[in-house]
Amino acid sequence: MSTEKTVMRGLLTLMLALPLAAQAALAIQHWQTPQGARVYFVESRELPMLDIAVDFPAGSARDPAGQSGLARLTHGLLDQGAGGLSDTAIAHRLADVGAVLSGNFDRDRAGVKLRTLSSARERETALDILARVLQRPDFPPAVIAREQRRLVASIREAEADPGSVVDKAFFRALYGAHPYARDPDGEPAEIARLTRRDLVRFHRAHYSAPNAVIAIMGDVSRADAEAIAERLAAGLSAAAPLPPLPLPVAPAASEVRLPHPSTQSHVRVGALGIARNDPDFFPLFVGNYVLGGGGFDSQLLKEVRDKRGLAYSAYSYFAPMGVAGPFQLGLQTKGEQTDAALEVVRTTLADFIAKGPSEAELAQAKANLAGGFPLRIDSNRKILDHLSVIGFYRLPLDYLDTWIDRVNAVDVAAVRDAFSRRLDPGRLVTVVVGGAR
Amino acid sequence: MRGHWAIGMALLIGSAQAAVTDVTLDNGMRVIVKEDRRAPVMVSQVWYRAGSIDEHNGTTGVAHVLEHMMFKGTKTIAPGEFSRRIAAAGGRENAFTSRDHTAYFQQMQKDRLELALQLEADRMANLVIRDDLFAKEIQVVMEERRLRTDDQPQAVVYERLMATAYQAHPYRRPIIGWMNDLEHMTAQDARDWYARWYAPNNATLVVAGDVDADAVVALARKHFGPLPARALPERKPQAEPEPLGEKRIVVKAPAKLPYLLMAWHAPALRDWEKDREPYALMILAGVLSGNDSARLQASLVKAQQIAVNASAGYDPVGRGPAMFLIDATPAAGKSVAALEAAIRAEIARIQREGISEAELARVKAQVIAADVFQRDSLFYQAMQLGEHVIAGLPPEAVARRVEKLRAVTAGEVKAAAQTWLKDQRLSVAWLDPQPLDATPRAAATTGGRHVN
Repeated sequence: MSTEKTVMRGLLTLMLALPLAAQAALAIQHWQTPQGARVYFVESRELPMLDIAVDFPAGSARDPAGQSGLARLTHGLLDQGAGGLSDTAIAHRLADVGAVLSGNFDRDRAGVKLRTLSSARERETALDILARVLQRPDFPPAVIAREQRRLVASIREAEADPGSVVDKAFFRALYGAHPYARDPDGEPAEIARLTRRDLVRFHRAHYSAPNAVIAIMGDVSRADAEAIAERLAAGLSAAAPLPPLPLPVAPAASEVRLPHPSTQSHVRVGALGIARNDPDFFPLFVGNYVLGGGGFDSQLLKEVRDKRGLAYSAYSYFAPMGVAGPFQLGLQTKGEQTDAALEVVRTTLADFIAKGPSEAELAQAKANLAGGFPLRIDSNRKILDHLSVIGFYRLPLDYLDTWIDRVNAVDVAAVRDAFSRRLDPGRLVTVVVGGAR
Repeated sequence: MRGHWAIGMALLIGSAQAAVTDVTLDNGMRVIVKEDRRAPVMVSQVWYRAGSIDEHNGTTGVAHVLEHMMFKGTKTIAPGEFSRRIAAAGGRENAFTSRDHTAYFQQMQKDRLELALQLEADRMANLVIRDDLFAKEIQVVMEERRLRTDDQPQAVVYERLMATAYQAHPYRRPIIGWMNDLEHMTAQDARDWYARWYAPNNATLVVAGDVDADAVVALARKHFGPLPARALPERKPQAEPEPLGEKRIVVKAPAKLPYLLMAWHAPALRDWEKDREPYALMILAGVLSGNDSARLQASLVKAQQIAVNASAGYDPVGRGPAMFLIDATPAAGKSVAALEAAIRAEIARIQREGISEAELARVKAQVIAADVFQRDSLFYQAMQLGEHVIAGLPPEAVARRVEKLRAVTAGEVKAAAQTWLKDQRLSVAWLDPQPLDATPRAAATTGGRHVN
């Protein structure tokens, strides 16, 4: 193997040597391009490859009223014709050098990821495409029409999947009038009305340099990374940073049951959770390991699956987002067992909020999370994703370095305190889909 | 018995890749180690050569049920204790059952391998299957079947098409098992399966990561070495008879969009050094599908706009026969029949005109790059080794895969398409969508991989 010592390995070696002490820095380098794009970079020379992710606050929560699907469609069109190259030409140029361009899209973020070999010809070709796609999407009318139809088709197809139906219904019930309530794909009738002009304007306002977060991971020098970031940022619009999303309002307790011809009912129970930068993040995250995040260690899976055989999967999690993301518990069970399973879920949650974890349960949670931390940063891909999240949600640069200490600092009282303040068992939103067959 | 003295042969494979150590213990258990020191972690996988291919009618799904019961305690480890100990050590663990194998894995910091091996060796020999725990777990497995198959129309189509395309070979049976077999499965069925197949001479340990190969072999010898080899049942080939004509089925299930799945009986990779056609068919799959530049996407989705999705797949690595698959979803207002005709036209064009040198070079460039990209994932590297070994292929076949693919010519791709993508070898399924708000109907009843 190479004798070159990577940044990643350096960190981990130190961490293992000093498991309880303050960690040495994962060398995340951070700067702003002259255009205002924020850059996060980790150099790693062991594999001859380069990963780049560029994210914007251009997720579905940014859809204007009556134009749901605009963010999704704009994102989907980026690589379907750009900088004078057709969709097929873009695909061919990337494939010719073995590069892979992919997209990520959710309620908060829209992003493009590039993975390429780091050798000069491959890298140059791939970066040229990435720059065109981000900066100069052509939005050809015929392609827009095609992608509108494909988007509607995928929405229709998802209607056959009870898991997808319950997910959408849960966000609707939980978020009411807030933009997170909408299906990120949009509503077919509104998608059909979107025009090229809408896409162009959305792109210009959201995919701007001051809104951009550029993560770079892999086989390039700092000087090359700076040049790459500036090249990507230089052709973006200068539109000002977007304002934060409005804060959601916690709903009253509710229960929705939707028919679906599935054999199983899909159950979701939840409430508003936390934003990414919430000070309660660690007590809730570590505590949730015991409640429903820790697989076979978790109370939910023990109660629902091990003791009763009611479901294959049962879980809970906080999904931290730009503003309060959801807290949700979920399971799937054959129709006639729905009420029994719901009862177990509600009782388990209420007990946990009232009592918190035992000392032994919490010790197990911390041992797994802290001891498993190296698995969270053991590949270029995982580190790249961390860089994007740190940048997009403005987490501190030492977020990964202090992660283990912050997990270890959580105690039973902190979990109980955080859960009791943040979750009210009398104000849960429940959605059940299917189980009719 | 199959025991023979350990042969420590470290094969130096490929130029860019680290050495793979391949050792057989004297009880017949194989140990494969790939050192990769990028991060201070490792993955350990124990592969048993026992999957749904080894099952019999009436107890389909038992390989996967046993996989679930492997977490339910041994003579000395209480039910659930295996998972609790691995979790306490910061590990992630799970298992998966396939047609060809059942495999169990742990991902952990590098210095915690011994815990994993100690626990795996224990459950290889000392599993206890309690009736009461079995009764609960079989319910869990039936829920898993409902979740992954019964309520997923495209999974139902795959399951039914495999049951049609294969008339004799055991690949016709779904990995998760038919529901009726699950309903009638007993704890004794699981015990019998365990007694039949869970022996060191039917197992391969694959470890990848920041480990020392000699130290891994020594640990494996310490923990697995004392387990005795056992006689394994004879495995009959159960070869699929030569197909005599196209087979077609219609699957009616609640869904919004129709769906098309086409499957051609195709060659598996057997002699990895001499076989050429499997590599040519892998290139063909890359020409047809895999990214936006490939033919199905470029022609059917973008140019003709007759499909909203279309893809091709072919995996020649397996104990049994292989299939070349194409699936597609028609665009709104287009019929499945028209879509099938368009796919057939694409294939006919390759059979008639072949592929261009540019296309060939493009697919090879992707193969070469993907080979580098895959090294970013330890787990994937270990998976590849395990799958090849289970299929009877050496680690060297993994290391030299790129070289073999680079040697494929455009002429070989055309010839392979002509030879293998014939109607006589084809089975076709159409999904006929039924209204989602229709009255309840009887539960429908796949392949792929079922994770824990």
